[in-house]
Amino acid sequence: MKATVLVRPKAGILDPQGNAVLTGLGHLGFNGVRTAHVGRLVELELDETDPAKARALIAAMCDQLIANPLIESYEIELEGDA
Amino acid sequence: MREARPRIAVITFPGSLDDRDMCWALGSLGAESIPVWHAEEELPDVGAVVLPGGFSYGDYLRCGAIARFSPVMKAVERFAADGGAVLGTCNGFQILCEAGLLPGILRPNRSLRFICRDTTIRVERADTPFTSRCKPGYLLRLPIKHGEGAWFADPELLAEVEANDQVVFRYTDNPNGAIADVAGVCNREGNVMGLMPHPEHAVDPLLGSGDGALILASLVEAAGVRLGVPA
Repeated sequence: MKATVLVRPKAGILDPQGNAVLTGLGHLGFNGVRTAHVGRLVELELDETDPAKARALIAAMCDQLIANPLIESYEIELEGDA
Repeated sequence: MREARPRIAVITFPGSLDDRDMCWALGSLGAESIPVWHAEEELPDVGAVVLPGGFSYGDYLRCGAIARFSPVMKAVERFAADGGAVLGTCNGFQILCEAGLLPGILRPNRSLRFICRDTTIRVERADTPFTSRCKPGYLLRLPIKHGEGAWFADPELLAEVEANDQVVFRYTDNPNGAIADVAGVCNREGNVMGLMPHPEHAVDPLLGSGDGALILASLVEAAGVRLGVPA
């Protein structure tokens, strides 16, 4: 089963990368962009075929390694499971 | 016969780069530095442990996030739980935070630039194994060299850290955007500490400052007390 994990900086946390992108866009003439945040995308391929079990497994991975809950939130998307 | 000296383990992770400087600095202050490879599952008989600076595992994912799973970290956790002094500098600080041995996390500098210059930090606590040679209010001149050194804690965690007096050092001229000017924090028990500046690069006036010796000599002394070896 294929899964995608989206890791985002938590709202309200200083995001220097996002700010740099925002400034860069302004320099290029892309005005009218209000905010920009930069996160991370992790693609996983699992042996597990049960969506509920896969979600629980990936959540454990996120809590222990893929994200740091102090500053990041994450979202799990499973292929073929809405 | 040479007299026994306090033994201190200096851990080398893949990508550590201040390990040799740390060994040299501790040696110059009377310790016997023992290099320990990260794949070791046990620590040698030492009185203190140091996690040096560098870019362990290429800083992939988040700084220190992968090094915390090195086999030696289990032994470091046991050593800390037993009350042993554990010091992390720079990347070592990041690893200790990711391992949950220290509160908070290190984030990219506010400027997004890698900063390499001297900074001044103020000693907030002198009752730790890392600052026994200092007094509260001492100003230490130490170099920093990091891209991700802005210590962060959310308001609840910061309140807890402040209430427990866990801030050991604060910048007088916050270089990186650290919350509450934090340059170094310790755990609740006070035996694990991390700081972003590099004491090992400032142990001799020839290096621009000797102030780092106050921190490392404190640690050498603590290691000697734990081992029953006079420093």
